[in-house]
Amino acid sequence: MSLFAKFQPLMQDRHNLLGQGIDPFGAPIEEIYSATEARINGRRTILAGTNNYLGLTFDAASLSAAHAALDELGTGTTGSRMANGSFAGHRALEQEIAAFYGCAQAIVFTTGYQANLAVISGLTNNEDAILIDADSHASIYDGCRLSGADILRFRHNNPEDLDRRLRRLGARATTTLVIIEGIYSMLGDKARIREIIEVKNTHGAMLLVDEAHSLGVLGERGRGLVEEAGVIDDADFIAGTFSKSLASTGGYCVSNHPQLELIRYASRPYIFTASPCPSVIASTRAALQRVAHGGDLRARLWRHARRLYQHLLDAGYTLGPEPCPVIAALLDTREQALALWRGLHEHGVYVNLIFPPATPDGKSLVRISVSAAHTDEQIDKICAAFSALAPDYR
Amino acid sequence: MSASYEEILEKVINALDGLTAAEVRLTEDSELVTELGLDSFKVLDLLMDIEDEFDISMPVNLLADVQTVKDLAHRIHAVINSGT
Repeated sequence: MSLFAKFQPLMQDRHNLLGQGIDPFGAPIEEIYSATEARINGRRTILAGTNNYLGLTFDAASLSAAHAALDELGTGTTGSRMANGSFAGHRALEQEIAAFYGCAQAIVFTTGYQANLAVISGLTNNEDAILIDADSHASIYDGCRLSGADILRFRHNNPEDLDRRLRRLGARATTTLVIIEGIYSMLGDKARIREIIEVKNTHGAMLLVDEAHSLGVLGERGRGLVEEAGVIDDADFIAGTFSKSLASTGGYCVSNHPQLELIRYASRPYIFTASPCPSVIASTRAALQRVAHGGDLRARLWRHARRLYQHLLDAGYTLGPEPCPVIAALLDTREQALALWRGLHEHGVYVNLIFPPATPDGKSLVRISVSAAHTDEQIDKICAAFSALAPDYR
Repeated sequence: MSASYEEILEKVINALDGLTAAEVRLTEDSELVTELGLDSFKVLDLLMDIEDEFDISMPVNLLADVQTVKDLAHRIHAVINSGT
């Protein structure tokens, strides 16, 4: 028996399923040509699975800010936010994010994953309860585990079920944190946030909204579902990532509760990791300004998303419940999904392949993320590739 | 509410019946993951069904040491008896 014995079933599954072909779970991007095109496995490929919703990875202002920060501040901070890793830029970005949402407090974290770990485990402990949507992202599950709180789940996007479960908690509901996502990353559906806020207010619980996939995508100024639904002031905490619409890495949380500031002293994922590099902070600050004035990008993004969603629907694919820049085709088996992924790769289209148990209802997913930077011709090609493969997978 | 261990066991087995292959024979000692082939999320979904069936709150944390049908039934029994 060795430490590695536990990996044997995984190795066997991987070998049986993937064989000698290109591995979808780590396809090497050999050269990047633009926000939407790269060379993968020797083939010029349209990138349609990179979460680059606004296409800002080569935004001129972001690049320029990052270059300047590299020259002026160096390649890294070499320390935690709590020690030597809080530069003026980190604090400035926090003020700018707070102002973006019109909130009193903001904290910047090293990754979006760590933002959820830090906020959830900082806010709750083993005396509290957390009620999470059943389809929550892994970072939410991991943050809950780190907190030591009682973890409960409610049925996906179901305010009535949330209400029932909060009622069962009785007085404990007032020390319960409810967690939802603006756009759910698997199927691209939006949270029923107004009803959920009504429910959490009825029971005196608090609400954390993760806008990882909705920042930049929803709302007139790109502030996510909370803005689109007009509930920014009703969400107790809003978290998100820099690694999608803001085209860098990092995470954040904003709140009007002054206690958010104390997370800096109480949260291990904030304290025990190096802070984001100065160039990352600089490009994020520039990208945030573009997002806030990015109505043109959002209009283009949604035009592409609606067109692609309708095309796949007409081609016979089973999709998530509503048009969204996250478009998931649902397949019954892993083999079907892998074959579709490989077919798309051969047609020069890169998407994401996702297997259970990370997926709802045990389905396998081939997931597209649309970008405002896609050209109409690229959307034509993605549509054509899915159409060409549809007879085999519908 | 109150329920005996036997009543709880019967309900757990009924709930599992719909999640497992027809040829699988469910017993108290059946292992949820290794024997019945339930993935982690199926077990979590089962937990939500059990909460609704017994009108209780049963945190996911309580599953940490649960391996068999019997373990699960005992956990539920303990939660119901604690009045949580």
